[in-house]
Amino acid sequence: MVDAAIDIEAIRKQFPILHQEVNGKPLVYFDNAATSQKPQCVIDALTHYYNTDNANIHRGIHTLAERATTAFEDTRITVAKFLNANEVEEIIFTKGTTEGINLVAATFGRKFINEGDEIIVSALEHHSNIVPWQILCEEKGAVLKVIPVNEKGELIFDEYVKLLSDKTKLVSVNYISNALGTINPVKEIITEAHKVGAKVLIDAAQAAPHVKMDVKALDCDFLAFSAHKVYGPTGVGALYGKRALLEAMPPYQGGGEMIKDVSFSGTTYNDIPYKFEAGTPNIGEVIAFKSAIDFVEDLGQENIARYEVELMAYANDLLKDVDGFTPVGTADKKASVISFLIDGVHPFDLGQLLDAKGIAVRTGHHCAQPLMEFFDIEGTVRASFSVYNTKEEIKYFVDSLKAVIKMFK
Amino acid sequence: MATINSIQEDIIEDFGMLDGDMEMTIGYVMELGAKLPELPVEYQTDENIVKGCQSKVWLHAKMEDDKVVYQADSNTAITKGLVSLLVRILTNQTPDDILNADLFFHEKIGMNRFIGTQRSNGFKAMIKQMQIYALAMKAKIN
Repeated sequence: MVDAAIDIEAIRKQFPILHQEVNGKPLVYFDNAATSQKPQCVIDALTHYYNTDNANIHRGIHTLAERATTAFEDTRITVAKFLNANEVEEIIFTKGTTEGINLVAATFGRKFINEGDEIIVSALEHHSNIVPWQILCEEKGAVLKVIPVNEKGELIFDEYVKLLSDKTKLVSVNYISNALGTINPVKEIITEAHKVGAKVLIDAAQAAPHVKMDVKALDCDFLAFSAHKVYGPTGVGALYGKRALLEAMPPYQGGGEMIKDVSFSGTTYNDIPYKFEAGTPNIGEVIAFKSAIDFVEDLGQENIARYEVELMAYANDLLKDVDGFTPVGTADKKASVISFLIDGVHPFDLGQLLDAKGIAVRTGHHCAQPLMEFFDIEGTVRASFSVYNTKEEIKYFVDSLKAVIKMFK
Repeated sequence: MATINSIQEDIIEDFGMLDGDMEMTIGYVMELGAKLPELPVEYQTDENIVKGCQSKVWLHAKMEDDKVVYQADSNTAITKGLVSLLVRILTNQTPDDILNADLFFHEKIGMNRFIGTQRSNGFKAMIKQMQIYALAMKAKIN
C-alpha cells in the first residue's frame, strides 16, 4: 500500500454537492452515517448508463442488453473483490443492508430456525437488525437474546459468550454501531459463535466506508452492506453469503430471473446468486455502485481510515472545551461518529440551530431505541465524518456549537 | 378585542422584519417561547401530550367567560416558541371562532422553510388538538 496522504482539496472537488450554501452559509455535511455524498464518477456512471446503455439485463441478445449485463456483472466482481469473497456467486444484490438482513431472515430463517432455537443480536443494533429477527422469532417460536453493552457503549464480551449454547442458530451483530460509532470485535464474535455451530451475519452498513472488510479473514457466514453509505447510489446494496449456505437456502421472492424453468406442474429455481434476485434490479444504480468502490479503492481504505481518525481526534480535542458537552458512547475503538448531548439543550433545538448555520447533523434516536433506553435518553446529536470533511469544518462546527449554547444561557 | 385574523397579521408583520434570515427567525421563535407563561406541573401529564409531535408538547385548555384559554409547554425551545404563537392567536377566542379559524400565518411567514417537514406535521397536530379542545368546550356550553 502506497502511503499517500489524503489530498483533501482534490477529493472535495469530486463532490459537487459540497460546493453550495445552505441557509446562506457554506454547507458542512456531518450526516455521513445516514448517507454519504456521491463523487462525480458515481453520478457520471449513472447518467452514462441511462444515456447510452439502458436495457434489461441477462436475457437480451441485443447490444445494449449485452453492455448493461456486462457492466452489471462487473459490479458483482468488484464487490466480491472488495469483500475478498471466494466466489463472485456469493454476492447477491439487494436494495440495501435492511433487505440483506430481511433476506437472510426470510430464507435462512424459514429453513433453519425452529421452535426453541435462539438468535443473538446486541443492544447496539439498528432497528433493521432487530425487527426482522423479532418477526422471525414470533413466527417460529424462537427466542431472541441480546448481548448487553457497558456504559462506554461497548459490547460485554463475557456476557455474549454466556448467551451462546447449542440452541444458538444465528448471531447477527453490527460491525460498527450507527448510533455511537463503536467498532465491535466481530472476528472474536464469529469465532465464538462457530464453536457452538451458530452462523453469523455481520451488518456492515457503517463499516463499509471506514474499515477494510474481509469476509475470508472474518469467516462470517453472511455480511450485508449498502452502497449509499460508501459513496454509491441509494437503493442498492450487497449481501455476501457462503456458497454452501446460499445453495441450501430457499428462494427469497418469486418472479423473473430467479427461475430455471416454470411450469404449473412445478418450478425449478436458478443457481445462486440469481435465485435471490427476482425481478428487474436497480440496474443503473448497481452499475454506478462499482464506481463508488473504485473511488474507495483508488484512495485506499487505509488512507481514508487514517484521515478519518485524524478528524475524530481533532474534533474530540476541540469538543472537550464546549460547555456542557457529554459524549454518548466512549468506546476505546470508534469510527467517525461523535454522538453527544449538551446540558440544557434539546438535541432537536441544537440540530435546527446548527442547520441554520449550514451544518447538517442528525438528531434523535438514530433507529436504535433500545440503545437509547439503555442510556436513559431520548436521543442524541450525532456528527459523523467522511473523507471529504475538513478540520476547518470541524472548527466551524465547534464554534457554532458554542454560539448556539450561548443562546440558551 | 383582537380577532384571530388581526393577531395573525401582527405576527406576519413581526416576522417580516427578520427578512427571512433563518438564524434570526429561529432565535426570535425561541424568545417567544421563553416568554410563554409556565404550564403548571399538574398539567404536564401524558394525557395532555399532543400526539404526532416529535418533541413533547403539553396543551391544556379551560373556559373563561365563554372563551377558550390555552396553556402550553414543550421540552424543546423552538417547539415551545411555535406553540406560543398558536396560544397567542387562539386564546380568548370563542370555540366557534377557533373551529372556523382560517390559519394562514405559518404559510405567510414561510414557517415550513425554517422548521422542516417533521415539525410542520407536529405543528398541524397542535392545531388539531386545540380545535378538539374548542369542540369539547362548545359541547359543554350547549
